[in-house]
Amino acid sequence: MTALLTPELKACIGREAPPRTEVVTRRDIRKYALSTGTRIRKHLDGDEAPPLYHVALFWDVVELEQLTPDGVSVDTLLPKLPLDRAMAGGLEITYHRPIVPGDVLVARRTLTDLYEKSGRSGPLIFYEITLDVRTEGGAPVLEEVTTRILR
Amino acid sequence: MSTPRLADIEVGSELPEREHCPDNVQLFLYNAALWNAHRIHFDAPYATEVEGYPGLVIAGPLMGDWLTQCVQEWLGEAGHLTKLSYSNRQAAYIGETLRAGGKVTAVDHDSGRVEIALHVHNADGENLTPGTAVVMLDPANSADRREH
Repeated sequence: MTALLTPELKACIGREAPPRTEVVTRRDIRKYALSTGTRIRKHLDGDEAPPLYHVALFWDVVELEQLTPDGVSVDTLLPKLPLDRAMAGGLEITYHRPIVPGDVLVARRTLTDLYEKSGRSGPLIFYEITLDVRTEGGAPVLEEVTTRILR
Repeated sequence: MSTPRLADIEVGSELPEREHCPDNVQLFLYNAALWNAHRIHFDAPYATEVEGYPGLVIAGPLMGDWLTQCVQEWLGEAGHLTKLSYSNRQAAYIGETLRAGGKVTAVDHDSGRVEIALHVHNADGENLTPGTAVVMLDPANSADRREH
């Protein structure tokens, strides 16, 4: 198999996005919680964030010109890869403490792996991004490892 | 709904299933809360004619959220979620009725650690979003309750 991932691309493993700091508000927790259809009162009232609230909190807020015509923002952590059709991906989250209004959280995103495999219908590229969320003081809040497959 | 007691939890114990039938309004609000402008979630002509989907695509992490709701509704305040994993294997569309549920796959009565396999089933019973969760219950609480 011809290698799709050149040494230059493999060298991107370890690349980090600039840390992002966000303030957690009750209003934002409530907006997220209500939209998911949850029936759990502490989330609906915004007393505590639902377990996937960080997806909303750290979604890239980009300017309109940075969106592609289909409304997507390109992940700047990824180099230009030779395959670009995204297939199913998965994620694994480890939780250390709940998120509550008033929290000031710092997220660090790192490209932690990039590799290729040959699938039944041709080559596949796998990449892994690790999101590390901590309090301003450095206490761990959660760690999320996302794996995506490109064909 | 009463919260589970660690002593009563066994491998094979089922978590109550819940039906989800999100409509355009819910899907719009969800993606707005994320700031996700992907057209496949709100622009029906684009989703069907350009991308070739049968309808508006339900956001993958929204189905992931249903898995957490399933665990939390069952668990209540009896314990807390320490790990969650899932993958979006197949898409679902506005108009579908989906069911989120789970089943206990491992339980350690000494430490209170419980592992759960999760699903979001479509009408054909396919698991669109298989997942796993680990929750921790307080073993001291369970021993207490067994005595009384």
